[in-house]
Amino acid sequence: MFFILITGLLLGGTYALIAMGLNLQYGVARIMNLANGEMLVAGAFAAFWVFTAGQVSPIAALLVVAPLAFVVNWLIYRIMLQPLVKRAKSRGALEVDSILATFGLSFALVGIMTWAFGGGFFNYSYLTGRVDIFGSSYAQNRIVAFSIASLLAASLWIWLSYTRAGLRMRAVAVSPDSARLVGIDVHAVSALAFGLGGAVTASGGALISMFFTLDASVGVMFTMKALIIVIMGGVGDIRGTIVAAMILGVAETFVARVIDPGLTLAAAYLLFLGILLFRPQGLFGKKPT
Amino acid sequence: MKRRSMMMSLATAALLAAGLAAAQAQEVIRLGAAAPKTGPLAGGADVTHWPAVRLWVHQTNAAGGLQLADGPALIELTEYDDQTNPQQAIQAAQRMATQDRVDFMVAPYSTGLNLAAAPIFSRLGYPQITGTNVTNQQPDLSAQFPGMFFVLGRTGAMAEDTARVLVDLREAGEIGNRVALVNVADAFGIEMAGISRSVLEENGFEIVYQTSYPLGTQDIAPIIDGARAAEPDAFIAWSYPGDTFALTDQAIVQNFTPRVFFTAVATAFPSYQARFGAQAEGVMGMGGVNPDDPAFQEFAAAHMELTGQGPDFWASASTYATLEILGQAIEATGTKDRAVVMEYLQDKSNSYDTILGPIEFNDMNDNERFWTVGQWQDGVFRGVAARGRDGVSDVIVKDGWD
Amino acid sequence: MSKRDLRNLTLASAALGLAALLPLYDTGYLLSIATTMAMFTVLATSWALFSGPTHYISLATAAFFGLGTFVTGLGFQTLPMWMLPLIAAGLGAVLAALVGLVTLRLSGVYFVIFTLGLAELVRQLVTWVQNRTGQRGMYVLTSITERDIYWQLIAMAALVFLVGWLIARSRMGFALRIIGNDETVAKHSGIDTAMAKILLFMISGAVAAVVGAMMAPRYIYIEPSTAFAPILSFQVVIMALLGGTGRLWGPLAGVIPFTLLWEFISRNAPNQTLLLLGLAFLLIVYVLPGGFVGLYERLQHRFGSGGR
Repeated sequence: MFFILITGLLLGGTYALIAMGLNLQYGVARIMNLANGEMLVAGAFAAFWVFTAGQVSPIAALLVVAPLAFVVNWLIYRIMLQPLVKRAKSRGALEVDSILATFGLSFALVGIMTWAFGGGFFNYSYLTGRVDIFGSSYAQNRIVAFSIASLLAASLWIWLSYTRAGLRMRAVAVSPDSARLVGIDVHAVSALAFGLGGAVTASGGALISMFFTLDASVGVMFTMKALIIVIMGGVGDIRGTIVAAMILGVAETFVARVIDPGLTLAAAYLLFLGILLFRPQGLFGKKPT
Repeated sequence: MKRRSMMMSLATAALLAAGLAAAQAQEVIRLGAAAPKTGPLAGGADVTHWPAVRLWVHQTNAAGGLQLADGPALIELTEYDDQTNPQQAIQAAQRMATQDRVDFMVAPYSTGLNLAAAPIFSRLGYPQITGTNVTNQQPDLSAQFPGMFFVLGRTGAMAEDTARVLVDLREAGEIGNRVALVNVADAFGIEMAGISRSVLEENGFEIVYQTSYPLGTQDIAPIIDGARAAEPDAFIAWSYPGDTFALTDQAIVQNFTPRVFFTAVATAFPSYQARFGAQAEGVMGMGGVNPDDPAFQEFAAAHMELTGQGPDFWASASTYATLEILGQAIEATGTKDRAVVMEYLQDKSNSYDTILGPIEFNDMNDNERFWTVGQWQDGVFRGVAARGRDGVSDVIVKDGWD
Repeated sequence: MSKRDLRNLTLASAALGLAALLPLYDTGYLLSIATTMAMFTVLATSWALFSGPTHYISLATAAFFGLGTFVTGLGFQTLPMWMLPLIAAGLGAVLAALVGLVTLRLSGVYFVIFTLGLAELVRQLVTWVQNRTGQRGMYVLTSITERDIYWQLIAMAALVFLVGWLIARSRMGFALRIIGNDETVAKHSGIDTAMAKILLFMISGAVAAVVGAMMAPRYIYIEPSTAFAPILSFQVVIMALLGGTGRLWGPLAGVIPFTLLWEFISRNAPNQTLLLLGLAFLLIVYVLPGGFVGLYERLQHRFGSGGR
């Protein structure tokens, strides 16, 4: 029982790492970023590279990965996506454009990573020891990843709730038009959110690389998972994403252990579809007016 | 000074190349290869397929090319990315055959892509000597595509031999009767698990835990926990690369220590050894080679030197062998006329000398001598069960992880 | 039927007839590209029948397509070949109706992600059932050639165009145009918007399933990971949007250049295929907003509306 709960929460932590960044990008900047998974894999590659080249721990690598990913994503928004936002006549038109553009971006990123690192698998061995809790063993690296995920989630939430910058961001998330009226530079805030989201995603990748075997093409799997978690939790609310990630993690683990591991993904999608049907705006989303 | 010497060497190289080109301008054999460089199977192809193909081309050219009746011919390799997409695999085969007019084509990577491309190979008369295609349908396939050859072996035999290894261990009193059987839920895993289950049950084993998990799953803790709770003597997983690593990882974390620990694809990869080090000792997997065979050792060394990575201990060699077979058929007939080469290949009395040892094809274009089960022993993945191959090593039982 | 309708019908029939003649000219390289094109034409056009007027972006194409391939994979040995597409169409329509019924409340991005989740759910369930029943990999070994498949697809394309044309002329077409512009107005003017949407979704689902059933013999080996590959759904959306969904011929105008571009890049940059494809996408999004239909309409607007 404890095993299911703890394993599920650890998995939920992984899912939170995958999805928190997308929440910022979609919730605030209104970009449904289909290249999210590729950004995650890029972060993982960076961690793998510094680990194998210089034995630098993936956690220390975050200090480089996160700022770098922030800059790259900020530039992507400013150069690539802002023109689309300006051009869009409606939210629907922006959605179509951003699906197309970020889909193209995801291809390009896979291409760049394949070209730079080759198409092969990569993984490495770091913090693979055991931690015993209530008589069951868990991997150290998963626990570390979970702790950092919690830290990240908490600081994001505090920052969003209690700082002026965070307030501006929430204002844009709720209504870009009204935010503009009160003198907020919506594009600057959106670029900040997009960059921040990218930094969170890449950091998640760096942490996940401690226990996943990845290759340059695997990103789309993470994108799908992230989309589902973000929508399930409710767009634009970081708490929703975290709760959804935890629910999903525990539910999948429960199904895998008690019912049949073959049905884990089916159960996850069923849960997602169910929530969407009965609460289309997601667990924490505001009802659209 | 430095710059000048570089210029000099560049000039020399250019001259040499020009001379070489002039001397060899007479004949070229164009060889086309389409396989995943991106997409879900790119990781596997990057270990198993591409290095072996490039190595063979490199070595053949370094040795002066293939000997045709009217002199030597160098190989010119054209590569395409099929994006792990059957649609693209079909188009790439078509393109190589009719646009690039290649003389021969390397068979694609994986069962699915090989079958998708088969009608094109067949219709245009290209031999399709497959090295990464495991199937049980040789009778039907060879009837429909007489130019399709199978080097890697049969799914049935692999699953049977895995079960047989367990039978032998039980008779030796090393293990008991309890088996946990898991598989990745795709065509490969389902087929393998089905055969294993029936063979194991026929032999009086008790399946104490059986389950499947979706393709791409790496969060495998509940499965190992479930398997461990069932207290099996042997754990058999028909797995793919990502999950092979994850299953091993979790087994170590949860200290799940069956006497037999078997994972399928990627267990034979050198990266498996690199990842788990001494803990890999005693882990069994699909395939295997005879690592003491000088032919294989030579291949492994050359592979390392050219591509910077070691070969896997299974399908790398069989991919390489498919090209050796093709090369020998071309040299024996002394022509790059496909129809003649095809006829030679279809003459089942011919034998080919490969790094896997001698290979012949039976009436169903099937190679009957192949490795089925291997095991990590002292940092080397040794074949411990095979059909008709020499150099089979003894099985050891796995003695925990630590 | 007006003169213009007659002209369009004649033109379309002539173009399709011409396309159908292709295998007589070449059964190799051209045909394999043309088969891919025909497949995407049918898929993208039927997708746009639903998504064009309603602005709902569906990513469920792979679910219907995969369903169709499995119908052929399971039934080709026991049932007559001509029956399989019909069964696939039936199943596709039923699945689409179910989805349509439960997703009426969803709009925008929720619908997008729902359909994506649905495709994955179907794939997982199919795989699980296959695993449970201990079913082996499916080998669809038939005597059907690429040429046969191509002709089937052309016939399907003709059917889809005809249906699209009829819908546009019908009362329902009128209703749909209103839904797209303003659903509230549509409801108030007494149009059963729900019914119209579900019907259209059923059509596009049935068509995708039929295409899957027809394509199965081309793949020979049917496994869930390729039959339900989500990339297909995205490709269809991208091609349709590239062409433009405002007109019946829009998706076709996307499929042809897109397939050629894909082939061109695959051929000339085997090591950077995806990178260049990605950059090409991006270029298209920036240079061609609204797709080729958008471009055509802008040009028409600028040079006067001679065609109207």
